[in-house]
Amino acid sequence: MSNSLTHILVSFAVLFTLLAVGGMLIWLERRLLALWQDRYGPNRVGPFGLLQVVADMIKVLFKEDWVPPFANKPVFIMAPAIIVTVTLMSFAVVPFAPGIQVVELNMGLLFFLAMSSLGVYSVVLAGWASGSKYSILGGLRSSAQMLSYEAFMGLSLMGVVMLAGSFDLNRIIEAQRDGWFIRYQFVGFMLFLIAGTAETNRLPFDLPEAESELVAGFHSEYSGLKFGLFFVGEYLGITLISSLITVLFFGGWLGPWLPPLVWFTLKTFFFICLFILLRASLPRPRYDQLMSFGWKVCLPLAVGNLLLTGAWILMKG
Amino acid sequence: MINQIVFLYFAAVIVLSAVLTITRRNPVHSVLFMLLLFFHIAGVFVLLNAEFLAAVQLIVYAGAILILYLFVVMLLNVDRESKSDRANRFWPWIVAFGLVIFAEIGLLVARGSFPLEGGQIMNKTGIKELGIDLYTKYLVPFEIASVILLVGLVGAVMLAKKKND
Amino acid sequence: MIPLSWYVLLSAALFTIGVVGVLTRRNVFIILMSIELMLNAANINLVAFSHYLQNLTGQIFVIFVITVAAAEAAVALALIILLARNRGTVYVDEFNIMKG
Repeated sequence: MSNSLTHILVSFAVLFTLLAVGGMLIWLERRLLALWQDRYGPNRVGPFGLLQVVADMIKVLFKEDWVPPFANKPVFIMAPAIIVTVTLMSFAVVPFAPGIQVVELNMGLLFFLAMSSLGVYSVVLAGWASGSKYSILGGLRSSAQMLSYEAFMGLSLMGVVMLAGSFDLNRIIEAQRDGWFIRYQFVGFMLFLIAGTAETNRLPFDLPEAESELVAGFHSEYSGLKFGLFFVGEYLGITLISSLITVLFFGGWLGPWLPPLVWFTLKTFFFICLFILLRASLPRPRYDQLMSFGWKVCLPLAVGNLLLTGAWILMKG
Repeated sequence: MINQIVFLYFAAVIVLSAVLTITRRNPVHSVLFMLLLFFHIAGVFVLLNAEFLAAVQLIVYAGAILILYLFVVMLLNVDRESKSDRANRFWPWIVAFGLVIFAEIGLLVARGSFPLEGGQIMNKTGIKELGIDLYTKYLVPFEIASVILLVGLVGAVMLAKKKND
Repeated sequence: MIPLSWYVLLSAALFTIGVVGVLTRRNVFIILMSIELMLNAANINLVAFSHYLQNLTGQIFVIFVITVAAAEAAVALALIILLARNRGTVYVDEFNIMKG
C-alpha cells in the first residue's frame, strides 16, 4: 500500500516539477539569449525578472480564446493538447535517479520513440485545422521534416542499445558505470542532437514556424491558452531531449560525491543551455537544404555508425 | 475477467473507428479515426504479450505511414467538403455482401472448435528471441523485405519526381 | 482468459469493414486506408495465433507485413500524386480514360 502511495507521489512530483521547469525555461531562455546578444532581457518583475513567467502566464490565461470561423473546430482544439500529452508521457520512462521513475518499462527507449513519433500530429493537425495558408504551409513542412528526421533519430540511438544490450533505460545507465557511451557513440550523439532539435521545432530547424517567412506557421491562428500549450510543449520537448541525451550518452544519474538527482539535473541543465545557445548562434537553413541534409548526410552517417558499432562489438566479443 | 473487459473495450473502439474511417467524407477525419484505431490495435498487441510489435505499430504505422497519408492529403488539398457522392452506386449491395461474409466467418468460428481455447501465455516474449529468429531462421525473407523497401523508396521518388528535362 | 475465437471474430469484423471500404468508396485515399485496415486485421490474427500456439513465427510475419505496408503506402501515394496532377481528381470512377 505504502509502495503504491510513494509511486503516486513520485508521479505527481515529476509532473509538477516538469510543468514548473517548462515555465521557468521561458525565463531562462530569454535571459540567456539576452546575455549572448548583449542585451538585458526581462529584469523588471521580481528578483532578476523571475516573476516575468508569472506575469506572462496571467496574460496568456486572460487572453481571448479565439477559434477562427474558418477553422476545423474539434481538430483545432485537440492539436495543442497532443504535443503536451505526448511529451509528458515520454517522461514516464525517464529515470531521474534510482527509484525516481514513473514506470519501469523494459522497452523504455522504444516507448520514447513511439511517443515522439506521435508528436508530429500536433503540429500537422494544428496547421491543417487553422485553415489559413501560412498554417498549412507550416504543417506541410513539419510533416516532411519530422518524417525525415525521425528516420535517423531511431537509428542514431541503436548504437547505444547495442552497447548496453537493452532497451531499458535503467540498464543503459548501469552499463555506463565504467565509462559514458559518448566515448564510443560521438556520431550517434551528434545525430541525436540534430534530430532532437528538429523534432522539437527549435532553431535552426524551426521551419514549421519560421516567423520571418510563415508568420509563426502552424500556430499563426492560435491565441490564449492554446498558444501557451504549444509554447510549454516546446520547452518540455527540450527538457525531454536533454534528459535523454543525459541518460543515453552521459551516464544519467551516475557521478561521484553528489547525490544522483543532482547529477542528473546538472547534466540535463547543461544540455538545455546548449539548445538555447544553438538558437542564439545558428541561422535557419533553407527548406531544401534541410531535407537534403537529413537524407543525404545524416541518414548515411547513422547507418555507418551502426555498422561500425556492430563490427566493434563483434571484434571485442 | 479484467482482461476480457479490456479486450471488449479495445474491440468496440476498433470496430467503431474502422466504420468511421471508411464513412467520413473528409479524408483528414478518416486519418484521425485511423490513428485511434492503431492505438487500440497496439493495445490488443500488448494484451497478447507482443509489446515490441505494439511499439512498432505506433512508430511505423501511426508515426510514419499515416503521417505520409496526411501529408499527401494536405499537399493535394483534397480535403474540401465536396458535395459529390462518397460511395459508388452499388454500396447497399456491397454492405449486404460484407455482412454475409462476416456472418459466414462468425458461423465458422461458432461451429468449429478451437483447441487452444484455454489460452496459454507465451513464455518467450522478449525482443531478443524475435531478433535471433529474424536473423537466423528468417534471414532470407528479411533481406527480401529490405529489398522491397528499397524498391519502394526508389519507385516513389521516380514516380513523384517532376520531369524537368 | 480471452478465448482465441474472440480475436478471430474481431479480425474478421475489421477485415469485412476494410473490404466494404475498398469496394464502396470513391475517394482513392479512403480505399488505400481500407487496404491498411485489412492488413491490420490480418496482423491481429497472426499475433493472436502466435500467442496461443506459443510460436514466434506469427509475430515475425507481422513485421514483414508492416514492412510491405510501408513500401506499398509510399508507392501508392506517389501514384496518387501523379494521378491527381494529371487528371485533377482523386475519385476512382473518374479515372476512366481507358473506357472505350
